[in-house]
Amino acid sequence: MTLDKLPIGKPAVILTVGGEGNLRCHLLDMGLIPHTEVTVRKVAPLGDPIEIFLRGYTMTLRKDDASKIEVRPREEI
Amino acid sequence: MVIALAGNQNCGKTTLFNQLTGSNQHVGNFPGVTVEHKIGQIIGYKNYSLVDLPGIYSIRPYSGEEKVTRDFIINEKPDVIINIADATNIERNLYLTLQLIEMGKPLVLALNMMDELLGNHGSVDINGLSERLGIPVVPISAAKNDGVDELMRVVADTAEKKLRPRRIDFCSAGPVHRCIHTVSHVVEDHADNIGVPSRFAATRVIEADEDITAALKLSDNELELIEHAVLEMEDESTLDRNAALADMRYRFIEAVCAETVVKAQESKEMLRSVRIDKILTNKYLAIPTFIAIMAFIFWMTFSVLGKWLSDLLAMGIDSFTAWVDGLLTAYGLNPVVQSLVIDGVFAGVGSMLSFLPLIVVLFFFLAILEDTGYMSRVAFVMDKLLRRIGLSGRSFVPMLIGFGCSVPAIMATRTLSSDRDRKMTMLLVPFMSCSAKIPIYAVFTAAFFPGHGGLVMTCLYVFGMLVGIIAAKVLSKTTFTGKPVPFVMELPNYRMPSLKSVLLLMWEKAWDFIQRAFTVIFVATIIIWFLQSFDVRLNVVEAGSTDSLLAIVGAWLAPIFAPLGFGDWRVATALVTGVMAKEAVISTLGVLMGVGTNLGAAALGGLFSLRSAVSFLVFCLLYTPCVAALAAVKRELGSGFKTVLVMLSQCCVAWLVAYVVYLLAGVII
Repeated sequence: MTLDKLPIGKPAVILTVGGEGNLRCHLLDMGLIPHTEVTVRKVAPLGDPIEIFLRGYTMTLRKDDASKIEVRPREEI
Repeated sequence: MVIALAGNQNCGKTTLFNQLTGSNQHVGNFPGVTVEHKIGQIIGYKNYSLVDLPGIYSIRPYSGEEKVTRDFIINEKPDVIINIADATNIERNLYLTLQLIEMGKPLVLALNMMDELLGNHGSVDINGLSERLGIPVVPISAAKNDGVDELMRVVADTAEKKLRPRRIDFCSAGPVHRCIHTVSHVVEDHADNIGVPSRFAATRVIEADEDITAALKLSDNELELIEHAVLEMEDESTLDRNAALADMRYRFIEAVCAETVVKAQESKEMLRSVRIDKILTNKYLAIPTFIAIMAFIFWMTFSVLGKWLSDLLAMGIDSFTAWVDGLLTAYGLNPVVQSLVIDGVFAGVGSMLSFLPLIVVLFFFLAILEDTGYMSRVAFVMDKLLRRIGLSGRSFVPMLIGFGCSVPAIMATRTLSSDRDRKMTMLLVPFMSCSAKIPIYAVFTAAFFPGHGGLVMTCLYVFGMLVGIIAAKVLSKTTFTGKPVPFVMELPNYRMPSLKSVLLLMWEKAWDFIQRAFTVIFVATIIIWFLQSFDVRLNVVEAGSTDSLLAIVGAWLAPIFAPLGFGDWRVATALVTGVMAKEAVISTLGVLMGVGTNLGAAALGGLFSLRSAVSFLVFCLLYTPCVAALAAVKRELGSGFKTVLVMLSQCCVAWLVAYVVYLLAGVII
């Protein structure tokens, strides 16, 4: 499942971070790396971007970019 | 000694900078409020200067700010780097710390917000952390000024003894470790030549940092060797090069934190933020709340608090002017000089100063929005809208600041990480009506729409935004066809704005405005007074005479504005002086009409009909920004020619739109 499809409030673990170039590097630097636990907190009022919670802080990214991050919900592990 | 201050965004860096230097720098909560680096003298330490570097998450040059930081540390060689980190969000903050350690410069870690961490039953084994990282660690609470003295003692000690990090290696045995060591070996001599540690050079090369790779001047043979080692690592670790190194650093951090940090479970500050966000970023309430907040701010500024203070100040200035006038008459001063003082300087500068409260009140509210962290939420909520016009939510904040003043707004575009977004935002900022245009609106709405000031102003602001949206659509289809910058941004916890920082910002803006009132506008009013008081043979003429020098210039320009309904030379002249500063439009009109600050329905009624007043307001809303804003545009675009082009195109847009509005108004009114 990709991060943009993850239901709100469901803890999941990052499997792979796709995409390319600067954006991908920035995501990696922000701590979105394989084996990190992440939760989707909220979807913005207009349906995009999404608010996610990881490593004790909150950040936002667009669904397009989130769709390149492969995650697995906690309960499936 | 040069001390550099580096850290993530929202970790209290600017607060610490203020505590250490006592400088009048603004503290903000929006990611990237520190754009250019600022320098201050550290209190109590002679010859220690502190450089505030941009807030960044990594020194991988993802944005211009990361590049600035990396280059500053490599080229300027600060004696000590203070790395400030948020203790409540330690994992991500330590990521930058590890990269700074790799650079091998004397480094001190200031662990900020310790009070918040302890208050939420968390703790840090400071000695253990210092031991594991190989650098001094000092717990502080910058907002409360706790631990800051101890921090400076440690910094001074580190600077004098030139203590470098005791370790620069964070990988445990494995493919990544092998790869880094192989590459370190290959680049060693080259790294020595440019004065960076080989370990740092190695990770930069592996992570494909083009600038560093180029600076190392590696031979093809060596590059091939490196590529081979990297491919082998990717193959063995099943992660690509970038992910592998990020993974290596985060694994080290996780191991260190597991030993030395007791994390707060759910902090009070975070729970509070979640509760506030239930309303402020709520699906149905977010946008109405935002509009309500902005409407409240404008209402308070233009109808209640700001207006009341402004009227009060205007009364004071009027009676002071009358008093000085009486004094000068009693003294028997030459009437021409008296006219210069009273009709020129006092009328011009005085009418400007009475608008000072409006600007101060507006900035007071904008500063609160920024300091609380609400601006990032605005970017989050508005991103989708801005994406439609080819921008990202981050561009919203510079545009919002544009309602205060275009100059800081244009400067704030530097926080955007793509050149395209930066330039496009810069061109759109002037469409957000700046506070210097408020005097124009205030005077005209009072004269032509008494009792409906708020409504007319709201319409003007909205109209400016609409034209901006159309302009953005056109720009993104023509000049800026590239992709908008990706939108990845931290949403910091809400924090109480510090009164000190809000007041400092207000004072800064007020002082800036006063300076402009006494410099640019002072000179402008004297020039205008001279031009309107003398004819071509330098004889003194009556106020408002058609023989004056100014009348001649205005008469020459007036036909351009005739189709818009205001072809009077006095209006044309006022618009020209408006390029110096927008407020000057009103002061010039006042001087030219011979009424000073009493520009009201009586004086304006002779120049404007209701219809042409509307088209005049629209023209003022859209035409070229003032000299100060143009100077800011020139600095950012780096081209005088392009700046002139921007100025001319904005004048053309303003003329066309005002013309259409004038025609439409003719049909309606």
